[in-house]
Amino acid sequence: MEDSQKKLAEHSGKSRLEKIGKTISFLCIAFIVFVVLSILYFVASKGIATFTKDGVSLIDFLTGKIWNPGSIGENGKPLTGALPMIAGSFIVTLLAAAVATPFAIGAAIFMTEISPTVGKKILQPVIELLVGIPSVVYGFIGLSVVVPFMRNTFGGSGFGIISAAIVLFVMILPTVTSMSVDTLKSVPRYYREASLALGATRWQTIYKVVLRSATPGLLTAVVFGMARAFGEALAVQMVIGNAALMPTNLITPASTLTSILTMNMGNTVMGTLENNVLWSLALILLVMALFFNILTRWIGKKGAMN
Amino acid sequence: MSEKVDLETHIIKMKPDASVDLSTKDLHVWYGQNEAIKGVTLEFEENKITSLIGPSGCGKSTYLRSLNRMNDEIQIARVTGEILYHGKDINTPETDVYEMRKNIGMVFQRPNPFSKSIYDNISFALKRHGVKDKNALDEAVETSLKQAALWEQVKDDLHKNALALSGGQQQRLCIARAIALKPDVLLLDEPASALDPISTSQVEDTLLQLKEKYSIIIVTHNMQQASRISDYTAFFYLGNVIEYDETRKVFTRPKIQSTEDYVSGNFG
Repeated sequence: MEDSQKKLAEHSGKSRLEKIGKTISFLCIAFIVFVVLSILYFVASKGIATFTKDGVSLIDFLTGKIWNPGSIGENGKPLTGALPMIAGSFIVTLLAAAVATPFAIGAAIFMTEISPTVGKKILQPVIELLVGIPSVVYGFIGLSVVVPFMRNTFGGSGFGIISAAIVLFVMILPTVTSMSVDTLKSVPRYYREASLALGATRWQTIYKVVLRSATPGLLTAVVFGMARAFGEALAVQMVIGNAALMPTNLITPASTLTSILTMNMGNTVMGTLENNVLWSLALILLVMALFFNILTRWIGKKGAMN
Repeated sequence: MSEKVDLETHIIKMKPDASVDLSTKDLHVWYGQNEAIKGVTLEFEENKITSLIGPSGCGKSTYLRSLNRMNDEIQIARVTGEILYHGKDINTPETDVYEMRKNIGMVFQRPNPFSKSIYDNISFALKRHGVKDKNALDEAVETSLKQAALWEQVKDDLHKNALALSGGQQQRLCIARAIALKPDVLLLDEPASALDPISTSQVEDTLLQLKEKYSIIIVTHNMQQASRISDYTAFFYLGNVIEYDETRKVFTRPKIQSTEDYVSGNFG
């Protein structure tokens, strides 16, 4: 009796193991949090230096239309207007998402509702393959196929927003499709049965029941695609033309935040304004990534409430 | 009532003057190579409740699901034989299954309201079948909820999400949703098995009221339920109907030994 009571009060091998496990997993997560916070701090401190150290006003930065950080403008301040790139990034992202969404949802409906066997055996592997293709390959194809096509169709150089949007559309299509497929698959079978048993047709069931209850998931899929498009650098840089000009149409060279960043980061000296202002662009990208992240969470919560 | 008795099965036929809504002739269902229903011939009388009982896996749910062709949705399922609805075979490729399901409604084991309001749950099917008039929809919602004995409880919350209702209320909503289409046959697949005893008895009361207007075919595991509410009972075993007769006779004086064993609880 006393023996067993003693045992209960003691630390056993099992409880020690438990503690070791907890400690290890805590250390892992602490390390990850540390790395993330360091990156955030680094990007933010560098990016804010443009405004604190170099005296650029935030409004000039966000709304200025002329980008030439090496030169001084008429008002005696460096030309650091990032609006052309901000606009470029948003336009290519929205265009790519607008084109990709109907295709992705259509493909997902085919794979889950219309022909699950073909979907599983043929389309699923194809999509997984597409996700895995490196972006430089997409960019290369864009450069060799899309750009000449645009040149022949609309004239000009062929580089521009429309070429970038097409390349991004192909790039995000597999991501959005496979996430949409997962969402549609998670719609309970009994919703479909209930609808069919009420004499609704398959199309009515898909449109009014399956898609309705999958809406939050589908929105999340689209936002993920947009986040990917917004952050893609290499493939966009290869086809957009990289002219830091305010876009006036879709077929002349333009630029995005990422493309200007990749083009110029090797050509500036640490600590100078030219370098700091690139960090400010990076900071915008970071804030947007955070925004997309919060957006998907918000959609998820909204969806859970309904 | 002409009775056909042979060694293994005892299946009654309806009197010639009885009104039969639905019947099957030599109905077989295959899942791939596996024959789940091995030739079932049954007649269901109008405005009666017929129970389908039998041990798990005997095919009673499969049989019920083939009556409104819900087995079409299962890719490997194949249904042969005749399903006669008012004398017309509906087990043909030409049959408009969507129109047919309007007349042969179905309620499932697990309450499955949509994640929509109570009102929208009921108006959903009516809208799909082309009813647009707001007044007609309002009226159909009210009538069907009254018939399902749910109106008094939800009339002030028609725009509340249906998933907020209790299990028994959800199931009665599913019944209301099915009868809003004014079917004449209502198929129920163990509608009370996921419910507590109070909800169960509410659903049973609802069914007894509904039988004045509808022919009801119900699959149940609960033999008390079958004997309480049904007029006829069919005992399924290994894909065959072993005995089909008035409920009273099946439960008190079954003609076949295996029926007796099952209803008296010796197996199943």
